[in-house]
Amino acid sequence: MDKRTAPDLTAFHLNGQVVEVAADPGERLSHALRERLGAKDVKIGCNAGDCGACTVLVDGAPVCACLMPVQQAAGAKVETLTGLVKADPHADRLVNSFQAHQAAQCGICTPGMMVSAVALLRAQSAPDAAQVQDALGGVLCRCTGYRKIIDAVVEAGAGHAPAPEGSGDVGTTIRRLDGLPKVTGTEAFGDDVAPPDALVLRVIRSPHAHAGFTFGDLDGFRAANPGIVAVLTAADVPGLNAFGVIPGFIDQPVFAVDHVLFRGDAVAAVVGDAATMARFDPADFPVTWEPRPPLMEVEDALAPGAAQLHPGRAHNIMCGGHVACGDAEAALARADVTVEGQFTTVFVEHGYIEPEAGFAMMDGDRVVVQACTQAPVMDQDALMQILALPRERIRIVPTAVGGGFGSKIDVSLQPFLALAAIRTGRAVRMTYERVETMQSTTKRHPAAISMRIGASRDGRLCGMTFDGDFNTGAYASWGPTVANRVPVHASGPYRVADYRATTRAVNTNCVPAGAFRGFGVPQSAVAQESLFDMLAARLGMDALEFRILNALDNGVPTVCGQVFAQGVGVKPCLEALRPAWAAAQADCDTFNVAHATRKRGVGVAAGWYGCGNTSMPNPSTIRAGLRADGTVVLHQGAMDIGQGSNTVIPQIFARAFGVPVHDIALIGADTDLTPDAGKTSASRQTFVTGNAARLAGEALRKAVLGQVNASPDAVITLDTAGLTVTDGAQTFTLDLARLSPNPAGYVLEVAETYDPPTKPLDKNGQGEPYAQYGYAAHLVVVEVDIPLGRVRPLRFVAAHDVGQAINPLLVEGQVHGGIAQGLGMALMEEYIPHRTENLHDYLIPTIGDVPPIETLIVEVPDAHGPYGAKGLGEHVLIPTAPAILNAIAHATGARITRLPATPARVRAALKEAGHA
Amino acid sequence: MGYLVAASLSEALDALGRPDAAVIAGGTDWFPAQGSRPLKGDLVDITRVPGLRGITQDAGGWRIGGATTWTDLIRADLPPAFDGIKAAAREVGSIQIQNAGTVAGNLCNASPAADGVPPLLTLGAVVELASTRGIRRMGLSEFLKGPRQTARMPGEVLTALIIPDLPVGAQGTFLKLGARHYLVISIAMVAALVTLDRGRIVQAAVAVGSCSATAQRLPALEADLTGRSAADVLAAGAGVILPAHLAPLAPIGDVRGSADYRMEAASTLCARALHMAIEQGGQSHG
Ligand SMILES: Cc1cc2nc3c(=O)[nH]c(=O)nc-3n(C[C@H](O)[C@H](O)[C@H](O)COP(=O)(O)OP(=O)(O)OC[C@H]3O[C@@H](n4cnc5c(N)ncnc54)[C@H](O)[C@@H]3O)c2cc1C
Ligand code: FES
Ligand code: FES
Repeated sequence: MDKRTAPDLTAFHLNGQVVEVAADPGERLSHALRERLGAKDVKIGCNAGDCGACTVLVDGAPVCACLMPVQQAAGAKVETLTGLVKADPHADRLVNSFQAHQAAQCGICTPGMMVSAVALLRAQSAPDAAQVQDALGGVLCRCTGYRKIIDAVVEAGAGHAPAPEGSGDVGTTIRRLDGLPKVTGTEAFGDDVAPPDALVLRVIRSPHAHAGFTFGDLDGFRAANPGIVAVLTAADVPGLNAFGVIPGFIDQPVFAVDHVLFRGDAVAAVVGDAATMARFDPADFPVTWEPRPPLMEVEDALAPGAAQLHPGRAHNIMCGGHVACGDAEAALARADVTVEGQFTTVFVEHGYIEPEAGFAMMDGDRVVVQACTQAPVMDQDALMQILALPRERIRIVPTAVGGGFGSKIDVSLQPFLALAAIRTGRAVRMTYERVETMQSTTKRHPAAISMRIGASRDGRLCGMTFDGDFNTGAYASWGPTVANRVPVHASGPYRVADYRATTRAVNTNCVPAGAFRGFGVPQSAVAQESLFDMLAARLGMDALEFRILNALDNGVPTVCGQVFAQGVGVKPCLEALRPAWAAAQADCDTFNVAHATRKRGVGVAAGWYGCGNTSMPNPSTIRAGLRADGTVVLHQGAMDIGQGSNTVIPQIFARAFGVPVHDIALIGADTDLTPDAGKTSASRQTFVTGNAARLAGEALRKAVLGQVNASPDAVITLDTAGLTVTDGAQTFTLDLARLSPNPAGYVLEVAETYDPPTKPLDKNGQGEPYAQYGYAAHLVVVEVDIPLGRVRPLRFVAAHDVGQAINPLLVEGQVHGGIAQGLGMALMEEYIPHRTENLHDYLIPTIGDVPPIETLIVEVPDAHGPYGAKGLGEHVLIPTAPAILNAIAHATGARITRLPATPARVRAALKEAGHA
Repeated sequence: MGYLVAASLSEALDALGRPDAAVIAGGTDWFPAQGSRPLKGDLVDITRVPGLRGITQDAGGWRIGGATTWTDLIRADLPPAFDGIKAAAREVGSIQIQNAGTVAGNLCNASPAADGVPPLLTLGAVVELASTRGIRRMGLSEFLKGPRQTARMPGEVLTALIIPDLPVGAQGTFLKLGARHYLVISIAMVAALVTLDRGRIVQAAVAVGSCSATAQRLPALEADLTGRSAADVLAAGAGVILPAHLAPLAPIGDVRGSADYRMEAASTLCARALHMAIEQGGQSHG
């Protein structure tokens, strides 16, 4: 070609400045912006146009920078979030309104959202919600449920000033303390932190679900590719070539040795300089596969004669769970009415917009890993074994996390990066491709559930049995936890005296299933809450009143025999739905009389979830100190993955210490600086770490007051003069300079630990699995297009007992985000290995799919919770899917028992139910 | 390996004469197909070729240039016959995709689920292809050979779509069925074009996508509709579509829906699209 532009320079305007890059031919604009021009505010979620995180304005028009060759931008005006924030008045208003509405949770989608919103506001003053949806429809968000984003854009467009924030005390809404960088494009996520000269690592993964393999000439391969610095395989793992999260189930190899158990299993890593790796084609790597027949379904894996995938797991049964009380069979036999059903759910992908990303480097003889994670200390534990290094030689510095929802509790790229950094002595980075994260990281377990429930004529439950098989995939991950949690929760938050629930987690050649918001409980709730509606119908009872009649209460034993004297809040949640329930039924009736091909229905469902680990210790420690200059510093190691612990934990600490939250300096998670606050999972951070923060605040307060012998209710004030204590009429200014600072620089330092009180479960699952549960009830109105089977949720009302809302807007944010995920699980999400491994074929809800949500915050304080607070993170998802299925049944009489309720499945069910 | 931003059509055509040279326009199909594999050949960017972008009208009808984006189409001032293709344009992916993706790219990529095809089939679109050997034209249905297959020869650029003049009052509609809003591949989609004269259908075209290897017109349905009273068709409801009308369709089952479901959905969408066309056509033209 005569006039080839490569290796010519491409020049354009970037945020008002002329820039030039010497990019590869056809290089994505997103790559050039991030890697050559430092515009890390342009986020990459998929590299395929599906997520919109990379949205930039080119001559004013929003486009996906990942789909535009940089040469096409020659001469154009390119604008990204950081530039807009500096120069565009719309962006300025959005910065404000996004924070006020907490429209950014993890923040990874926020640049794409805000850039799209600027383009809208330039073209359209005061857009309405529908116009905002059209304009932002190309950007996916997995955290917020979109409604707060819509509110924020509408408000910015209308030019209204956001409502003023609260004081910051427990119970008041304030903006996220870590919110500003998320809305200005300066937040550093996993892919944003590597030094410019870092080597790049790529993993070679199995294209087959089950296969043996042999490598070709690896030395020859390396010699033939001078830019490749290292090739790593199982032989290069100095310690244990395995990781996992539960003792006794550490079964996933870092690199498979001679056979692979799922499509996506890692066999080797290739490390080279960035330019070489950009041109590296994994298809050139010398490996030969010998495919073996895969076991993809639980039935295949359990079938007699099926290959056994792991030693010691006969019939591929990895483990099971069991809870029993009373005599379930006898109760069912004497019940006046019984219902039973089989329910099936599928693999669900977490769908966080930030793929796993990070880098590792050496610091003397220590290896430092900076990556996105939900569990820094567990990462450290895993690396100790794999690298055969003591804890002191491994430092984990979490980056901001662009969503996790359970999957980023497990290690992913950390072992590869650490091994490569040690081997090469250089900084080594990696970012999972979208297909790679979808193929290789954990999923929600598919469940096959059989359930029977009985009731006596007066509407009281009488016997319940539950059998669930969970496809746990190739390796254990959190499968044992799912197997154990489900029997404890499968009764739902109800009084069930005669109960048996049994689960099995079965290995297959699918992607490992692990932790995903709710650990199996959303699946069991689908079965139980669907059957409750059928049971109520058989009894001729109102579905909501049936639940209220049977709701668990203070003093009533759970199916584990645990009796809570206080704090059981499910009945208030259900009761809170009564007005909406009556109104929605009337609305649906009116609508249905007037419409033949569209029908509306309303559904309810409830849920509960035990906060923290099941009958196992799971302490959190919080450290805090007072510097000689009067600064109070909180070392907060609870990972904020968007849910808000960076705001909630300081709010709790500030209340306990007795100063405004904005007076406190924060240090975020870093295994060198923050003690172990445990993993961000199991709805435990507000409860467990919150308690540690409360204890730490109280301890530091006591230490301060002790300095001047002030009474316990003295007032502490922090200002430029230092620390003042006012005790009645007396005021003391502490002379902190007279105290000698410790090596960390603190004149006073505290560290406090909280571990929730639980008791072990016996062989029938009887005991005290959790110190507290949180409770929830959802109501949804749906419209079903009868001839097409398309279901459209029209609105949600969600009642949540959180004990004490620490920051009410954060509660709403969790509820909205959980509902969006529950909606996706109910209506569209199905991960099929090999077929839906990208965000084009795997559908998650967009901004057009989530209807208005009304959140009813119910506060039944819990004696164990900090200021009465309960966990919330997973409760928000549990009732959503069954509520939708119940609404479909109410609208049409058709009962969906297999998720997701895609149009085709709904249509089939409608025909079976007799619809034309 | 190189990237040429062609400054003229002849420059683009010359460059495409080389082996391993490919056209790139909006890149919205090209990049996802390429993934992270390194580029092996040359890319010829046609988005800046003068005269290739935009919609014009001349004696032969309407001409949609080969680099016209979906957004260009949405913003163009066009008669109601184009309401269907405009509605399809608004449903292509997202605004980001519409701003970059081109109508011609949608056709050259030849996905069975390409939203542009059914409305263009109802409009009787003719494809114009240019190469160093000259220019040739063919009907769109001739151009689309199968999934990911077209009659385009190596070295050819789709320079324009030509839409012959349509009867005054022709009304286009388009309906798309997907499992979510925005950014969704069609499970099925239908375009209809109806011309009414004093309450009677004088001309009808209906095409269905995602229900066969390439989108199909439904000639038997079109023939049955011609001459019928609009009120009649509205009153018939979903019954206006008979199984025989759908004979050209041969849907497959996949993750988005079973074959049976697609067939049924196509029937429903055909009836709805026709009703919409009749109602809108009736409104705008008395
Ligand atoms: C997130 C996302 C969502 C999408 N949603 C939809 C959707 O809802 N409906 C839908 O139909 N499509 C959808 N698409 C597909 C795509 O956007 C369209 O097909 C688009 O019209 C392609 O145009 P383009 O200019 O981007 O093509 P390109 O990617 O530039 O090119 C596509 C192919 O056509 C060739 N080509 C392009 N122009 C010409 C020409 N003038 N002459 C000869 N060859 C040419 C190229 O060589 C290439 O092989 C989506 C894509 C993405 C990434
Ligand atoms: S990264 Fe560009 S759309 Fe996802
Ligand atoms: S805030 Fe939108 S993806 Fe996390």
